[in-house]
Amino acid sequence: MPVDVYLNVVVAGILTGLVYGLMALGLSVIFGVVRVVNFAHGEMMSIAMYLAVVLFSAFGLDPLLMLVPIAAVMFAFGYALQAGLINPFITRPEHSQFLLIVALAIIIVNALLIVFGPDAQTVQTSYAYDSFQLGPVLVDASKAYAGGAAIAFAAALFAFFRFSRVGTAIRACADNYTGALVIGLDVKHLYALTFALGAACVGAAGSMMTLIVDVTPVLGPTYTLLAFVIVITGGLGSMAGALLGGILIGLTEALAGLMFTPSAKSMFAFAILVLVLLFRPQGLLGQRLS
Amino acid sequence: MSAASLTRLGGDDSRRIVVLLALLLVALLAAPWVVNDYLLTVLILILYSAFTGQAWNIMMGFAGQLSLGHALYAGLGAYVSAVLFVDFGIGPWIGFLAAVPVAVACGAVIGFLAFRFGVAGVYFAILTIAFAEFARIGFDHLAVVNASAGLFLPVHQTAHNDVWHLRGDPTMFYYVILAASIAAFVLCRLLLKSRMGYYWLAIREDEQAARAAGVPTFRYKMYAVMISAALTSFAGVFYAFFYNNLFPEQVFNIGRSIEMILGPVIGGIGTLFGPVLGAFVLTGLAETLNAVMAAVGLDIPGAKQVFYGICLLVVIVALPEGVWPPLARRLGLTKAKP
Repeated sequence: MPVDVYLNVVVAGILTGLVYGLMALGLSVIFGVVRVVNFAHGEMMSIAMYLAVVLFSAFGLDPLLMLVPIAAVMFAFGYALQAGLINPFITRPEHSQFLLIVALAIIIVNALLIVFGPDAQTVQTSYAYDSFQLGPVLVDASKAYAGGAAIAFAAALFAFFRFSRVGTAIRACADNYTGALVIGLDVKHLYALTFALGAACVGAAGSMMTLIVDVTPVLGPTYTLLAFVIVITGGLGSMAGALLGGILIGLTEALAGLMFTPSAKSMFAFAILVLVLLFRPQGLLGQRLS
Repeated sequence: MSAASLTRLGGDDSRRIVVLLALLLVALLAAPWVVNDYLLTVLILILYSAFTGQAWNIMMGFAGQLSLGHALYAGLGAYVSAVLFVDFGIGPWIGFLAAVPVAVACGAVIGFLAFRFGVAGVYFAILTIAFAEFARIGFDHLAVVNASAGLFLPVHQTAHNDVWHLRGDPTMFYYVILAASIAAFVLCRLLLKSRMGYYWLAIREDEQAARAAGVPTFRYKMYAVMISAALTSFAGVFYAFFYNNLFPEQVFNIGRSIEMILGPVIGGIGTLFGPVLGAFVLTGLAETLNAVMAAVGLDIPGAKQVFYGICLLVVIVALPEGVWPPLARRLGLTKAKP
């Protein structure tokens, strides 16, 4: 195979990986602060994807422009979920939390199935078949826009956690739960806010993902697993790690799809996960948990 | 079995628990004469779920290791026995003997890697998912087992029930899975009251303290994974010969792993009756929903699962310990909460 085929696939893999990274960033933020593993992460993303599909087919609204409104809707959804349902489970054992969120995931997947049916839905934008020629590389326009938007959204989130007072307060909760309570932080509210931010990440990522893949209700569990693989590869709780993991897994999937068979691509992602768990359990950029 | 040994089997010295167990046993033994074919199939599903729940409970309920990939062991049991039967004409019981080492070896590899490298808690759970998913996609591309096209077991119309080859009517399968569930229950009871059981509980409650007290934690966690994997592989053998078709997409699906977990968690994790009760509650719930949906004439794909999810949510929120522990206290079967 000529080299430029590989180059095209590598670039496409990295761009898709950025969107994966943004999705995983949401999971990482939630786990890093709330210490709850969101097993309904992919299912939440499929809600966002269907929102984008509906907005596009009913009103012709471009998913790229709808990224912020959809993220806002998911933000509200995430806040309500954490404040209403998950906060009381913070002190319960892991398997109990797991089951709560799995029940939620079952409800989401099947509610989507009832409303939208099992058939795949697509978003056909006017630029769906456009591409840019960069030297020898042909870059798909949709993927380039999606990747760029993912970087912008992630950067905004970084800035929020780094520079805003609320972001600093959330980091304080993550570092020392008791300490945060002692200095009078409203931890329950901050947890809900964090979950909301994680949900906003999947809102944005889901909106962009509709430019890249067809939407079906069964995508949810697949993306949940993918988000896990990425986050653990990058390092649970590390924001940069989630993006790096996303790029790595996006790249692996793209190359595996090219060199072997597309249906076996996630096997390589899982192989990477196993290797990382064994030789660097804290993930590529993560810090060792005590 | 004498009353005294039955008492020991029940988990404590309450007479009531013996009566309850005996009643349950008689009811289950007599069931095929009373119920119709549909209910018998439901009972088979319940016992299957009780069996896998019991097997999973050894790892999580006893030793505190959260596995979310138990579909791997059931799938291996199913595929090993089915391939031996289809390609070599070897019966399911010999097939089971062959499947056990395969499943145990797999469990041992996962356990060794995880426990040696200090992969615990959520990370361990995700490692088990990763191996199950790896197997799912791997078997989907494995020509020996017919890949994603699926493996089919030949179905013979036999006039008599052939237990040795697991070919027969639902009543035979019912008694096979009933016997297996009773055996698993007895085994779990014996394990729980053995030195190993106490070591497991110590590990579950506080691993560092257990190690400090001299419990060889690594070895006993390995035993838990291996015993659990071996038991679960039998469920796979049963699955293969009961359904006669195997697809990697179904057998190794993470949904199967979650189904195995639901019963014990809803019933009461770490208890002997939890997996059994949970199986009755969950399968009963699912079948009731089916019946109600059919009666109302509602035929929307996904509607049943949404109700199922909501019921699950309510139980988890309302009963943190599961159904059995509060029920047992109410019935006076266990002492009041300390």
